[in-house]
Amino acid sequence: MNRLRELLPPVMAAVIGFGGWELLLWLTRPDGFVLPPPSEIAGAVAENSTAIQTATKVTGFIVVTGLLAGVLLGVAAALLVTAFRTANETLTPLAVAVNAIPIVALAPIFNAWFGLLSPRSNQAVVVALVFFPIFINTSRGLVDVEPSQIELMESYGASKWRIIREVRIPNAMPFFFTALKLATSLAVIAAIVAEYFGGRQDALGNIITNSAGLTRYADAWAAVLAGSLMGIALYGLAVFLERITMPWYFLGRRT
Amino acid sequence: MTSQPAPAVEIRGVTKVFNPAGANEVLALDNIDLNVAAGDFVTLIGPSGCGKSTLLRLVAALVESTEGNVLVNGKTADQARLDRDYSMVFQRAGLFDWRNVSRNIELPLELMGWKAADRHRRSAEMLELVKLNEFADHHPSELSGGMAQRVAIARAMSFRPALLLMDEPFGALDEMTREHMQNELLRIWSETETTVIFVTHSISEAVFLSTRVVVMSPRPGRIAAVIDNELGTRDDSARDTPQFFANVSAVRKVLRAGEPR
Repeated sequence: MNRLRELLPPVMAAVIGFGGWELLLWLTRPDGFVLPPPSEIAGAVAENSTAIQTATKVTGFIVVTGLLAGVLLGVAAALLVTAFRTANETLTPLAVAVNAIPIVALAPIFNAWFGLLSPRSNQAVVVALVFFPIFINTSRGLVDVEPSQIELMESYGASKWRIIREVRIPNAMPFFFTALKLATSLAVIAAIVAEYFGGRQDALGNIITNSAGLTRYADAWAAVLAGSLMGIALYGLAVFLERITMPWYFLGRRT
Repeated sequence: MTSQPAPAVEIRGVTKVFNPAGANEVLALDNIDLNVAAGDFVTLIGPSGCGKSTLLRLVAALVESTEGNVLVNGKTADQARLDRDYSMVFQRAGLFDWRNVSRNIELPLELMGWKAADRHRRSAEMLELVKLNEFADHHPSELSGGMAQRVAIARAMSFRPALLLMDEPFGALDEMTREHMQNELLRIWSETETTVIFVTHSISEAVFLSTRVVVMSPRPGRIAAVIDNELGTRDDSARDTPQFFANVSAVRKVLRAGEPR
């Protein structure tokens, strides 16, 4: 019964949203390129299901590998910066400077580095975009510890490494997961935009640009839909991981 | 067991300057001498800025003195820290949310490399001592402020240190909980024969708890007086005795004398 009550609002929102969209287009009948109705997009998905499936796998691979590499690099850099002052003084300004570069604008340049049709350049864009929020949030969580908890550990004669393990890392977990949830949708956006400029021709980004170029807008929207579902799935996975790795965080909190 | 009763803490000619030679140089403590005998309950009391917390941190070796020596159990304070001769309790309980109550109490034991079975046995004993047996599996976010502070005391006492350093541990609690915690602390102190150094800014708390009250004055931090505090009985009933009120006035008088006019 409770489960049903939880599910009802999002289902209602979907019904009202898609129904309203369909109805509005049926009433106003704009040109097809403005916005196709959901029924037409569903038709395009069914018609191109194999192409969409392949493209979702190709783009999904780039998103997942890029996300993993970006997260690993971000966490590693955050730990380095926390443990060593020199690392902090050199890495942090560097990371800030790199972040100031509009990363997706680098996609054509990455193509020149890795080859126009190589997925490597797309992965590089994803890694570069994911790295920063993970790095900044995680290092914040590693540093932002209640001072008396550090003094307590020092009073027990605990080493710097033991303090990182016992206090700083658990303290950083909520910060990390906030960044990870952000990074999932960023990774999908980064991969698709990077694909506009190069990489494999059977990826979602290319389906979008090619279909739009051929005025097959429903096909383009079908690929956008696949990208959104991928983003939602990855976000859901991040929420699931957050729940199982730190159950203590959700005690006494109504979420 | 040591044969001769050496003082638990010896503070000799200790001076502490923060930001030496800097623009905001502060003389926090000026030439402090103080001995704490084993089994004593000594409170440090004074207005903010008198250096009472700094003095406690010097004993804990969390701060280094500019001049002078601090000996704990006859060793340098830093050696005593590494040997785990003392334990500390802060104003904020500082429990780790990611550990349940038992595992919070077992933290120092884990750091000392105790076996799991020994740790569990000891944490059960400590929960008994602070009367929180049913809360072993609870997490800190499920505890009230007073309960959290009792867990912090259990954690501090878990490895039976000879010396307990407490920095305004009840400062954030309401009056009722505070008095209850004071009674509990006195009971634990008499049961365990621990030496306690306790920082507070409450006169009644200092008089109720301690065998000696060290009154400090600010800018620079100095010891204004050391008052022997005899109350006869050491339980809740002492709060209403004429002796208690007399000692409260005595401490207040010294504190007032130290105030800048």
